[in-house]
Amino acid sequence: MTDSKYFTTTKKGEVFELKTELQSDKKEKKKEAVKKVIASMTVGKDVSALFPDVLNCIQTDNLELKKLVYLYLMNYAKSQPDMAIMAVNTFVRDCEDSNPLIRALAVRTMGCIRVDKIIDYLCQPLRNCLKDEDPYVRKTAAVCVAKLHDINAQLVEDQGFLDQLRDLLSDSNPMVVANAVAAISEILETSPTAQQVLEMNSSTINKLLTALNECTEWGQVFILDAISNYTPKDDKEAQSICERVTPRLAHANAAVVLSAVKVVMKFMEMLEANSEYISTLVKKLAPPLVTLLSAEPEIQYVALRNINLVVQKRPEILKNEMKVFFVKYNDPIYVKLEKLDIMIRLTSQANIAQVLAELKEYATEVDVDFVRKSVRAIGRCAIKVEPAAERCVSTLLDLIQTKVNYVVQEAIVVIKDIFRKYPNKYESIIATLCENLDTLDEPEARASMIWIIGEYAERIDNADELLESFLEGFQDENTQVQLQLLTAIVKLFLKRPTDTQDLVQQVLSLATQDSDNPDLRDRGYIYWRLLSTDPAAAKEVVLAEKPLISEETDLIEPTLLDELICNISSLASVYHKPPNAFVEGSKSSLRKILPPRSQSGNVGDDQPSPPAEAPSAPAATVIPGVDSLIGDLLDMDLGGPSMQQQQMYPPQPTSQTPVQGGGGMDLLGEGLDSLLGGPAPSGDSLGGLGDIFGMPTAQSYVPPQEVWLPASKGKGLEVTGTFSRKQGNVIMELTFANKAMQPMTGFAIQFNKNSFGLMPASPINIPSALLPNQSTSYSLQLSTMGAVQRMDPLANLQVAIKNNIDVFYFSCLVPMHALFVEDGEMEKRVFLATWKDIPAQNEVQHEICNVQHNADTISQKLKNNNVFTIAKRNVEGQDMLYQSLKLTNGIWVLAELKIQPNNPNFMLSLKARAMDVYQGIQQAFDNILHN
Amino acid sequence: MINSLFIINSSGDVFMEKHWKSVIHKSICDYFFEEQGKAGSPEDVPPVIATPHHYLLNIYRNQLYFVAVVTTEVPPLFVIEFLHRIFDTFEDYFTECSETTLKEHFVIVYELLDEMLDNGFPLAVESNILKELIRPPNFLRTITDTVTGKNTGVSATLPTGQLSNVPWRRTGVKYTNNEAYFDVIEEIDAIIDKQGNTVIAEVQGYIDCLIKLSGMPDLTLSFINPRLLDDISFHPCVRYKRWESEKVLSFVPPDGNFRLISYHIGANNMVAVPLYIRHNIQYREGSGGRFEVTIGPKQTMGKVVENISLEVPFPKSVLNLTLTPSQGKYTFDPVGKILTWDVGRMDPTKLPSIKGNISLQSGHPIPESNPTINMNFSISQMAISGIKVNRLDMYGEKYKPFKGVKYMTRAGKFQFRT
Repeated sequence: MTDSKYFTTTKKGEVFELKTELQSDKKEKKKEAVKKVIASMTVGKDVSALFPDVLNCIQTDNLELKKLVYLYLMNYAKSQPDMAIMAVNTFVRDCEDSNPLIRALAVRTMGCIRVDKIIDYLCQPLRNCLKDEDPYVRKTAAVCVAKLHDINAQLVEDQGFLDQLRDLLSDSNPMVVANAVAAISEILETSPTAQQVLEMNSSTINKLLTALNECTEWGQVFILDAISNYTPKDDKEAQSICERVTPRLAHANAAVVLSAVKVVMKFMEMLEANSEYISTLVKKLAPPLVTLLSAEPEIQYVALRNINLVVQKRPEILKNEMKVFFVKYNDPIYVKLEKLDIMIRLTSQANIAQVLAELKEYATEVDVDFVRKSVRAIGRCAIKVEPAAERCVSTLLDLIQTKVNYVVQEAIVVIKDIFRKYPNKYESIIATLCENLDTLDEPEARASMIWIIGEYAERIDNADELLESFLEGFQDENTQVQLQLLTAIVKLFLKRPTDTQDLVQQVLSLATQDSDNPDLRDRGYIYWRLLSTDPAAAKEVVLAEKPLISEETDLIEPTLLDELICNISSLASVYHKPPNAFVEGSKSSLRKILPPRSQSGNVGDDQPSPPAEAPSAPAATVIPGVDSLIGDLLDMDLGGPSMQQQQMYPPQPTSQTPVQGGGGMDLLGEGLDSLLGGPAPSGDSLGGLGDIFGMPTAQSYVPPQEVWLPASKGKGLEVTGTFSRKQGNVIMELTFANKAMQPMTGFAIQFNKNSFGLMPASPINIPSALLPNQSTSYSLQLSTMGAVQRMDPLANLQVAIKNNIDVFYFSCLVPMHALFVEDGEMEKRVFLATWKDIPAQNEVQHEICNVQHNADTISQKLKNNNVFTIAKRNVEGQDMLYQSLKLTNGIWVLAELKIQPNNPNFMLSLKARAMDVYQGIQQAFDNILHN
Repeated sequence: MINSLFIINSSGDVFMEKHWKSVIHKSICDYFFEEQGKAGSPEDVPPVIATPHHYLLNIYRNQLYFVAVVTTEVPPLFVIEFLHRIFDTFEDYFTECSETTLKEHFVIVYELLDEMLDNGFPLAVESNILKELIRPPNFLRTITDTVTGKNTGVSATLPTGQLSNVPWRRTGVKYTNNEAYFDVIEEIDAIIDKQGNTVIAEVQGYIDCLIKLSGMPDLTLSFINPRLLDDISFHPCVRYKRWESEKVLSFVPPDGNFRLISYHIGANNMVAVPLYIRHNIQYREGSGGRFEVTIGPKQTMGKVVENISLEVPFPKSVLNLTLTPSQGKYTFDPVGKILTWDVGRMDPTKLPSIKGNISLQSGHPIPESNPTINMNFSISQMAISGIKVNRLDMYGEKYKPFKGVKYMTRAGKFQFRT
């Protein structure tokens, strides 16, 4: 007999038919009917209309029928809360049944009925079940507490269920302990308040370790994870926990193995670095990790992601196991890519020959992604293992000879990095590279090739021709390529000034006049200025010696690595991101950190403190960030050969807008200033730039950014921002933070009509997708040519932001001083006349409290914000400042600031024809003077 | 923990769903389908998929995807292991886990899923316990049901093993013939390069048992050369301490079939490779090529190699192959471009070979690299690592059981690069 008959549907009135059957007197018929109902439910049909009829069947001695009805209840109680109450009595009675199976079933089901109204009735039965004589009931009840907590956390805490749950940790039955641990972990995940109640101490840990040996494999995972969150009080305790956990490394269940690895990896940190026990542990860790790789591919994948972390933290564990990471041709692609990554991490002089032979083999496979990554890997080997560099380069050359398009392009990208690492060593191959110029169609490969030509322009006879050929389609090139081309041609010019003048003229005018890209324009101007003022300085700057790039390019940042080590076996370890970055609802975002190494008796029992000394891993030597590349200047568009990131995310442009690319600009500013003998600019990057262009170094007041659109309203998009005034423009400084789990793209912005006619001067342009948990800053220049409509309050600005997810609206207040224009200085005489002209009733006074500056600083501060002091008088020991300012819409405002000695409270009188603006201006004065 | 499970067939229908917490609409699977669309082959779907509010963890077995949905931080291996366990349980119950069998027994499937997880936490997973709670469908059950008029697959009493210290074994087991069989199975994973050198060779070994012993037997299994085993995963029934101190496997076995240990003998231990091949694969300009392969014995320790078969995935530009095998049959799948040669047994005096011509699609460039050859074979009565059982002792029961040990070596992922 099969069950497939339940799927055959009668044509019409199916629900009705079932209803009649459910009301039948015959038990058998009833049961058949319930089965049919469940069948419909499984395939997603709506049979909620039968709720009362199904519920009627609950009063039965037949366990199977009872189970089926319970199944139905769990599914539909939520949609029929009133009906669900009718089931309460049955639950209460079943919880007192003599058969433990029924008691357990009842307590299990009632936790799954997610209806607020009936929860109150369930507390007492649950309390009894938690103390039931039968462990099967107790272990089921423990889970029920977690279910209840999910529905109503407050209730669970008020009713003291947490204490009862903690008591279960000392239960005599290991299964009960394991379930209690599981329930506690789940509760802790969402509730920070539960933390104090459920704090682990060494005696509970001891109980857990005892239960560990006897409970099921799943329970072991829960217990091991709970242990890994505990911080032992000294190295002795850490060692004894490790000793008791290591047998789990030989468990058949991969989840148990990985959780055990986590505990050991974490507690190893506390042990003496070079102790014998550490080396024993290191030996013990290798085999289980290797064994995971002979499991199913899905398990391999998770294992590999975790091994990647382990290898970075303690390379010694797997240093002799290179071969197990060799790729089989029928491995799934996700396994292949991970294996490759780990191979590179394990590459050393001892095994480079083997690795290289493998990589060459992989580079001829069919899968394009895999081939690309293999080619890059060869380049990384060259950079990592110096003695093998020559072999790697010749392997790459062999691959270029294959003329397979994507292989050639990848090879050129990595060869650029090899040149950076070993300058003046392999330049003989440039000729071969140049042969492939025409086939390059990917921006990164083109940019790399151009960089090579520019860098070695003096050795390539026809460098000018080659670069000129690229120049033809300048406008259509990717920004990366454009920037590279600009720099390369300037380099060429500095090396061979005689015959390349036209070329450099051409590229500079293309970059400065025909381009909308601010980055490109700025760089063009800078070069232009440099070349025209002082070619010698230009040479020093542009052709400066570059710092060497170093070997490990994609190491995870050490503090993050430590946090991830504490999260081995979790989702975080698969994504290599801290858990609080992406797990929703994890309110108790308690960061897990590695425990500090401690000696016995050295009690550190309160909060785990961050490692006192850098953990044994060697300090990561990553390619220096943009901000430390003095001398390298603008040459870094290509970024480092950070393979992993590029594999996973689209490359992040290092600088897109002047403000964003602060690092690069800053360098230029300082570099140039020292060149020009000017004073070193104090403060931000724009200050430096401004200096060059003869701008005032003064800074206007920029209010701190405030949250305009909270992530909860923006479907994960958080917008913070402020307004500033720069170079005569109102700038809206925006920071977009992606708190959702999907990348965001397609940003656009629009303003509603507003009092000052503000509108974006150009559409917002965020070139790459904003990835989850990233944020980007954007400076949006505003114009005041938009439609005008009076808003209330006056400075209110309603904004709509669009992205690929939705359109969001918010409003913000434009600080008035951002609207003060630069030419707001009135002539003294006009000032006097105007002051008299405006009727006295228009004068409004406002007290500015607690200002700690003298008159001169104040007028300087105000001047920086385009409030100009026309005259200063001293009347009866008081300083009177007379000031004027003009708003973007042409409204003049006159001000009188009265400063009494030894009185921090100033009196501000404003006079203007439009009194509406007063409030905003008073606010602006307040802000400027208190800044 | 695990919120929901969706089972999806090869044509992309979600034909079964089960929710352990609130219901998550099956439209969540769209994220899965998106990834599936991107993957080149069904096996290439990434096992962990992030969506805005959920994580999807999936396994692919027997043309079915098992997709679990989680919302909180859960050890992914925990979920993946569990999904494999669900699959194994279905297979155990219905002899085959396919869309047809699952639909046929959907009530049992639903009951099983409900019994295996509670609120997303594993509840009863051991097959022994499950079978006591929910009886598997079988011929006998149908008969008794019809005769007695009772029709229930659900037991009304608490399974005995559930809470004992040996949860894997039920009490009151009785057999008239008491037997214990051990199969030592070893799989060789190897990559052999063009020149015939071993790039890597390792052994994945298992000891699978069939135990039909009455009462509560306590067994001890010892090896002649236990030093070979330094990387083992044990069934929970094995006493780890005894292994650590005495290198013997001491355990109270579950009833029926189970895997006692699995072990790994790494590349550092010089694993013997039983076969070699000589190959000559050449593509020529002008839409053609030559294919020639000969198989020969290397280290077979005098045992017969059986069930040999070769599988060669050719590039897309290969149109057809016309070959002559010295023994066995060959087929070429013109869609998947896979050549399969069923060789059978190898007679060491007459080496099996296959040769003939490759025809290429005209107009296509000749393939740049030669295909990798995948080989299958098995050798009975031999464990390639040399591991040997010394003796099996039984304590705790009085009867004399019948004991047997079988050895077998077969190819795992055994690949020749050409």
